[in-house]
Amino acid sequence: MTDSKHLDQHARNGMLSRRGFMKSAAALGIVSATAGAFALPAFGSTPSPSPKRGGHFRLGLSRGSTTDSLDPARFSDVFMQSVGFAIYNYLTEVTPEGELIGELAESWEPAPDAARWAFKLRKGITFHNGKPLEAADVVATFNHHRGEKSQSAAKGIVDPIESIETDGTHTVIFNLKAANADFPAITSDYHMAIMPATDGKVDPNAGIGTGGYILEKLEPGVEAVVTRNPDYWKSGRAWFDKVSFLAITDAAARTNALRTGQIDAMDRVDLKTVNLLKMDPNLSINNVDSDQIYYFAMDTQAKPFNDNNVRLALKHAIDRQDIVDRVLKGYGRLANDQPIGASYLNYADLPQRQYDPDKARHYLKKAGYNSLSVDLSTSDAVFTGAVDAAVIYREHAAKAGIDINVKREPADGYWENVWMKRPWSMSYSSPRGTADWFFSQFFAEDANWNDTNWQNERFNTLLKAARAELDAGKRQEMYAEMQALVHNQGGWVAPAFSAYVSAATKAVGHGKIATNRDMDGNRIAERWWFEG
Amino acid sequence: MMMTKTHSSEKVPLWRKVLSGLAEAPPTGLLGLVVLFTYLFVIVFAPWLAPFGEATIVADAFAPWSAEHLLGTDSLGRDIYSRLIYAARNTVGITLMATLLAFVIGGALGMVAAVVGGWVDQVLSRLVDMLMAIPLLIFALLLLMIFGSSVTALILILGCLEATRVFRLTRAVAMNVAVMDYVEAARLRGEKMLWIIRREILPNILSPLFAEFGLRFCFIFLLVSSLSFLGLGLQPPTADWGAMVRENAMLITFGRVTPLLPAAAIAILTIAVNLVVDWFTHKASGLSK
Amino acid sequence: MNQLLMTVAKRLGLGLFTLLIISMVIFLAVEMLPGDIATEILGQMATPEAVAAIRQELGLDQPIVSRYFDWLSGLLTGDLGQSLATGQPVLELLDDRLINTLYLAGTAALISVPLALGLGVIAALYRNTLVDRAVSMFTLSAISMPEFFIAYVLILFISVQLGWIPSMSKVDADQSLLERLQLTILPAITLTFVTCAHMMRMTRAAIINLLSSPYIEMAYLKGLGPWRIIVHHTLPNAWAPIVNVIVMNLAYLITGVVVVEVVFVYPGLGQLMVDSVAKRDLPVVQAASMIFAATYILLNLIADVVSIVSNPRLLHPK
Repeated sequence: MTDSKHLDQHARNGMLSRRGFMKSAAALGIVSATAGAFALPAFGSTPSPSPKRGGHFRLGLSRGSTTDSLDPARFSDVFMQSVGFAIYNYLTEVTPEGELIGELAESWEPAPDAARWAFKLRKGITFHNGKPLEAADVVATFNHHRGEKSQSAAKGIVDPIESIETDGTHTVIFNLKAANADFPAITSDYHMAIMPATDGKVDPNAGIGTGGYILEKLEPGVEAVVTRNPDYWKSGRAWFDKVSFLAITDAAARTNALRTGQIDAMDRVDLKTVNLLKMDPNLSINNVDSDQIYYFAMDTQAKPFNDNNVRLALKHAIDRQDIVDRVLKGYGRLANDQPIGASYLNYADLPQRQYDPDKARHYLKKAGYNSLSVDLSTSDAVFTGAVDAAVIYREHAAKAGIDINVKREPADGYWENVWMKRPWSMSYSSPRGTADWFFSQFFAEDANWNDTNWQNERFNTLLKAARAELDAGKRQEMYAEMQALVHNQGGWVAPAFSAYVSAATKAVGHGKIATNRDMDGNRIAERWWFEG
Repeated sequence: MMMTKTHSSEKVPLWRKVLSGLAEAPPTGLLGLVVLFTYLFVIVFAPWLAPFGEATIVADAFAPWSAEHLLGTDSLGRDIYSRLIYAARNTVGITLMATLLAFVIGGALGMVAAVVGGWVDQVLSRLVDMLMAIPLLIFALLLLMIFGSSVTALILILGCLEATRVFRLTRAVAMNVAVMDYVEAARLRGEKMLWIIRREILPNILSPLFAEFGLRFCFIFLLVSSLSFLGLGLQPPTADWGAMVRENAMLITFGRVTPLLPAAAIAILTIAVNLVVDWFTHKASGLSK
Repeated sequence: MNQLLMTVAKRLGLGLFTLLIISMVIFLAVEMLPGDIATEILGQMATPEAVAAIRQELGLDQPIVSRYFDWLSGLLTGDLGQSLATGQPVLELLDDRLINTLYLAGTAALISVPLALGLGVIAALYRNTLVDRAVSMFTLSAISMPEFFIAYVLILFISVQLGWIPSMSKVDADQSLLERLQLTILPAITLTFVTCAHMMRMTRAAIINLLSSPYIEMAYLKGLGPWRIIVHHTLPNAWAPIVNVIVMNLAYLITGVVVVEVVFVYPGLGQLMVDSVAKRDLPVVQAASMIFAATYILLNLIADVVSIVSNPRLLHPK
C-alpha cells in the first residue's frame, strides 16, 4: 500500500484528490461541512508502524547557502524550505496522498462566489512567542508578499489577490481579481508561512511560527537546529526532540556522512552510484515518484521555432526513454511535452509521443528545411545531469538530420541571463498544486514565466473559462484540451519527470512519502520518526 | 619543446646539441623524456589511437572492462579509454598554453622591471603585489563569471593571473644578474635594453625559471580542476582529466578505481615534467660554473 | 634597526594603499557580474517588480560611485556593513568562520611546514640518491592529485573503512580544543599533501645552492658531519627563499581552500566568499577580500623582515 507504483498512481497520487477538489470547486454555495473531516488529529493517513517520540534527527541536505535567510519570501531551495515547514504552519497542507486539507485553516468556503474566499482559522493555537493565532496574523503574512514594495519570490503567486480583510478574530477573507476555484491550493505554497503580526506587520526574520519545532539557531550555509515545540497543537506529528538540518552540498560528502552515521537521512542521492549505495545493509533508498519536470523551452516567437513544424520535428527527435535511462538512471518517467503529470487532478492521458526520426524529418521538410542547426543553452544549474541530457539529445537529433549545438552556459546567473533570454534553453519545474496554477505561471499570455513566449488564443480563453467553471466534468474537458494544445503546439520539449531519490538509515521510520515536494513535501521533520 | 627554444639561441646546430645532450642525460631524465614523448604522441595522434569518439555514446552506462571497451564506459556510456586519450589533448593543451602564457608575460615583464628599474619597476611590482593579494581561486572565479568559461578565456585568465607569480620570481633572479659587472659593462657600452635582456639576463636566469616551470604547470592544472569542481571548467562533452576525476569521484568513496586512471595520468605527467626539468636545471647549473 | 622600522612602516603604508585599490577592483568586478543580489535571491521566481523593490530597499539603484564611497566611509568608521542577503552584520558572519579558517590553516601549517623542511633537508643531504628521488616522486605525485581526490581517498580509508575520524569536519564554537583537532586533522592532512611539495623543493634547492659556497667547503674541511653542516651552517643562511615559499603557502592555506571546505563540510571563509560572490552579496565579498588581502600583505611583510634580518645587506639597497 505504501509503494508508489505507476499503476495506482493515477488514482492515489493526485496533488488534489477528487475529494479535495470537490471541496474547493463544488463548494460554490454548497459545501464546507466536510471541514470537520479534516479536524484533529486526522492528518492524512496515520502512519502504519507505531512512531516513537524522541531522538536527535540529523538531516543532510544538498543545498543551503551562507546567504540563506529566515524570511519565507526568500526561501529558494530544499534547505530553508525544510526548516520552514518545521517551524511554521500554513493555511492548508498537502497530504502524502495528495489531498489538500486545512492546517491552520479549519475550513474554507467561497463567499459568495469563487472570487471571494473565506478561511476560518483553528482556535487555541499559539505562536512560539506565546501570541495566539488570529486573522490579523494571516493578513499581515500575505501582505508581506503582496503590494508594490513586495520583495517576495511569491509575488507572482499572490498576484490574483485583490485585497484581504478580517471578519472577526478567526476568519480571513480573500477578495480575488477574478473567480478562481483553485485558489485555496496556493495557500499551501512554501512561501506562505504564517507569522505573528505586530501592528499589522510581520517580522520575517524572527523565525517565529506555530510549527512543531522551535528555532534554536540558524547558521546560514552550515546548519539549522530546531527543538520540539512542547505545546504543539497537532497530535501525532513532530516526533523528534531535536532536528539538525545540515548543508552538505557535495554529494560524496553527504553520502559518506550517511554511511558513517553522522547523519540519519539525506536528499539527492547521486544517481550514478545509487546501485553501490543500495548494497549498504544499514540504509534504505526512497524512490519517490514526482511530477518535477525537466524540459527544453523554445521561444515560439523566434526563428526557427516560430514554425510549429520545427517544434514538432524537435519533439519527435528525442528519445525520452533513453534520457530517463541514462540521465535519470531509471529514476523518473517519460514526460509528454506538457507539464501536467499523473498526480494532477486534471491530468489528461494523451498518447505518448515517441522518438521517430523519420517523422521529425517529415516535419522538418514541411517547415522547408532539409537539415537544421540550432543552439541549445544549458547548464548544470538546471539540474544535475542537464548538460548530459542535452548532449544525449544531440545524439538523438543527429539521426533526424538536426544538428543541436549544445552550449553550456555558466551556472552562475543562468536564470537571469540565459533562461527566457536565449531562443532555446533548458529548465525544470517543481509541480504546482493545480493545472491552473501551472498554466497561469508558465503558459498564459501574461504569465511571469512564459518561457516559450507562447501566445495561443484558444488556450488563453480556455484558461480563464476553466477558473470560473464549476462543473467538474466540463473543467476536466477544458484542461484536457489545454494540455493537448501545449502538447501539440507549445514550445516545450519535455523528456522526463524525475523522481525524488533520498536515503536514510534503517533506524528512521516514516509513512507514505508525499510526492508534491522533495523530502516528504519538505515536511520530513514533522512527519518522520526514529523506530523504537 | 622548451629545450629547443633554449638551444636555438646558440649557434651550434640543434640536432648535434640535442644528441650530445641525450648522451649525457641521467637515466631519470631520459625516463622523463620518454614519458613526455609518449604523451606528445598520444596528443598528436589521439583521433587514430582512440577506438571511439570523444563524446559518442557507444554502450550502456558503466560497462565493465572488456576487449571492446578496455577501461569500460562512464556514466553515460562513453568509452573511458577513448576519453582518456582525448583528454590528454585538452588538459595538456590548455595547461601548457596557460603556463607558457604566464611565463611569456611574467618573464618578459619581470626582466624589464629588473633591468630598467626605477618607476617602471615600482609600478609593475606594486601592480603585481596587488593582484597577488587577491586570492587566486576567487579572482579566477570572478573573472570567469564575467567573461564566460570558454577555452580561450580560461587560458587567458589563468595565464595572466599566474604571470604574477612568474613575474616575482623572474624579477628576483634577474635582479641578482642585473647588478653583475658584465651587465653594467653592457649598459655602459650603450647596448639596448632588449639586447641586454636577450644576451646577458635570459641565459643566466633560465635554470631557476625552468625549475619553476614544472611546478607552475601543476598548479595551473590543479586550478583548472578546482574550477571545474566549482562548476566553471571546460565545456562538456569535452573530456579533460580534471573533469574526469570529478565526474567519477563518487566512485572512489565506494572503493572503485576508475577515477584513479585520469589522476594517475596527471601524476605521471607531472613527475615526468619535473624529472626533465631537474635534469636541465642540473645541467644548466653545471654549465654556468 | 631604525632602518628596519622605516622599511616596515613604508611597507605598511603601501599595504593600506594596496587594500584600497583591491577594494575598488573587487567592487568593480562584482558589479560587472551579470545580475545582482535581487535576481540571484529570487532566481527562477524573479518578477520585475520584486527585483525592483529589493534594489530600491538595498539602495542598489544608487550610482556605483556613491555606493562605493558609502561602503568606504563605513569601513573607515569600523562599520563593515550588513549582508545584503540576510541583513546580518558582516562582522558577525565573519568572526566564527575566520577563526575556523585560521585554525585549519594553523593545523595544516603545523604539520606541513616541519614535514616539508625535514624532507627538504633529507633530500638535500642525500641529494641525487634513491632517497632524494623517492621524496621528490612522492611530493610531486601528491601535488598532481586534485585536492578533492586526495580528500575522497582519505575519507574512504580513514572514515568509511577504519571509522577512526568522522568524514564531516563540522567544527563549532562549543567544541573543546581536542575535539576540534580531531575534526580538523583530515582536512589538514589533505592540505599538507597540496602544499608540501613546493616548500620541500625550495628547501632542497636553497640548501644545495649554498652547499657549494666556500664557507661550507671550509666546514667540510674542518671535518664537520654533513647533517651538522646543513642544520647549523646552511639552513640559517637559506632562510630567505624558504620563508618566502612558506609564506606563499600559508597565504594559500588561508585564502584558497574552498574545495577542501566543501568536501569536508568545514565552515570556513572560502565557502562564505564563494556563496557571497554567487549571490552578489557585496559587503561580505568586500570584507572577506579585505581580510584575505591583508593576511597576504602581512605575511609577505613578515617574510621580508625575516629576509632582511637574516641578511643585513638587504637593509641597505644600493
